[in-house]
Amino acid sequence: MSTAQNLLVAKALAETRQAKFAARNRVNKIALTLSLAAMAFGVFWLIWILWETLRQGVGGLAIATFTQMTPPPNEAGGIANAIFGSFVMVMLATFVGTPIGIMAGIYLAEYNPKGLLSSVTRFVNDILLSAPSIVIGLFVYAVVVAYFKTFSGLAGAIALALIVIPVVIRTTENMLQLVPPGLREAAYALGTPKWRVITNITLRAARAGVVTGVLLAVARIAGETAPLLFTALNNQFWTADVSQPMASLPVTIFKFAMSPYENWQQLAWAGVFLITIAVLALNILARVLTRNKH
Amino acid sequence: MWDPVKDEYGGLVMIYGTLATSIIALVIAVPVSFGIALFLTELSPSWLKRPLGTAIELLAAVPSIVYGMWGLLVFGPILSTWVQQPLQKLLSDVPYLGALVSGPPVGIGILSAGIILAIMIIPFIASVMRDVFEVTPPLLKESAYGLGSTTWEVVSKVVLPYTKAGVIGGIMLGLGRALGETMAVTFVIGNMNQLNSLSVFEAANSITSALANEFAEAGAGLHQAALMYLGLVLFFITFVVLSLSKMLLAKMKKSEGTKS
Repeated sequence: MSTAQNLLVAKALAETRQAKFAARNRVNKIALTLSLAAMAFGVFWLIWILWETLRQGVGGLAIATFTQMTPPPNEAGGIANAIFGSFVMVMLATFVGTPIGIMAGIYLAEYNPKGLLSSVTRFVNDILLSAPSIVIGLFVYAVVVAYFKTFSGLAGAIALALIVIPVVIRTTENMLQLVPPGLREAAYALGTPKWRVITNITLRAARAGVVTGVLLAVARIAGETAPLLFTALNNQFWTADVSQPMASLPVTIFKFAMSPYENWQQLAWAGVFLITIAVLALNILARVLTRNKH
Repeated sequence: MWDPVKDEYGGLVMIYGTLATSIIALVIAVPVSFGIALFLTELSPSWLKRPLGTAIELLAAVPSIVYGMWGLLVFGPILSTWVQQPLQKLLSDVPYLGALVSGPPVGIGILSAGIILAIMIIPFIASVMRDVFEVTPPLLKESAYGLGSTTWEVVSKVVLPYTKAGVIGGIMLGLGRALGETMAVTFVIGNMNQLNSLSVFEAANSITSALANEFAEAGAGLHQAALMYLGLVLFFITFVVLSLSKMLLAKMKKSEGTKS
């Protein structure tokens, strides 16, 4: 073969290679642009939703929103009873759910990390963690409401507590596992009993994480509507009696937003605004807490 | 057919509604989440990673009732004017496709419910995908880059095969969420207990929205029992989906332990 022919072949080869390289680069560019677009798409919804909530919600806010009861259609009023009801049920649920969740988390992480009971608990807990919340409402209806024959704030709080528990178990266990074993061993070497090691050493070391878990759980139940629909039902008046039906912010929003009445929708926007602010604030607070830890 | 007045209860419409909305949600959410995860792990400058990741996670934190109300009062009308009406004009004469877009273009129905669900599950799928993408050993990625691969080739031919189980697990997790989502769907699905056509613009009902709307008012007896049974069906479906997702993610974790 002559050198001229060789050169020709080499040139053709280089050209096909270049073309292939260009094609691969093109595919790469397209994929990366699409990925950028996907990111923008995700952030776009967040901004749009927050913007609408802010715009419509601030318009609905007034002093009366916090001081008056839920009004009949086309009359002025507020959502004070709903805010109060939500507050009571969320608090109750947190106070019931947190200790159970933390203790179960301690058991899983400290007492029996590899046993059969623990793996089963972990599995069931993960299922419960992402089970549809309306199914939890159904369960509480069947067990509590049907038994007492009345909707009650207590039943609502129980349903919410059932949502709090798995969240707290999960984070407590994870956070306790992050505590370095050296800490524990040092305490044991000093002759500390196990319960004291847990309460004074590991739980303390994991405090920020556990608090974060509780905050996230509160944030989650604050916006939960489905489990309250047929446990706490609703109430148009102020009540602090947990054996009676109780208003809550999400259920009130649901009822008001679906209605055709202007003032109800206005109040619903105000409620949505309050819930969103509260939930996002809790989430950001939780994030800040864990960030300082690391 | 579902007719409380005649005391007749068949759950077909609800089960269809639940599945149809979830499938629409997945079709939209999976590619978008993949794009977001890809962006967060490979493309984003590191100072942007944290805020953008947080923004996506906040999208998951917004209560579902907020999505519902926004979907009903803000998004529905926009979807109706800008998407549904033009689509109907465009496709109404095309066979099959025309049937898919028939029905009143009022902005509530299966399509809107599916879109809203998609927005709600994107953060879940995206954050699982991001987490599993991040556990891909850097060595694998660097060798691929060293051979001259482009970013896309590294992701599609190295990272994705390596994290397959985790990615599918994440998708299943999102599916579980979509199936069980109540409030957002109740707002926008239209709550109609009849299945007139296969159109995605048609109002329908899902298991969760039927429960949310009817349960508190259902009289004791067959109506309540039927709703309870629907709840059981829902729980069973989500239980299977979530167990699968969990097993896949666990498998992922295990292989990560042995290969490193």
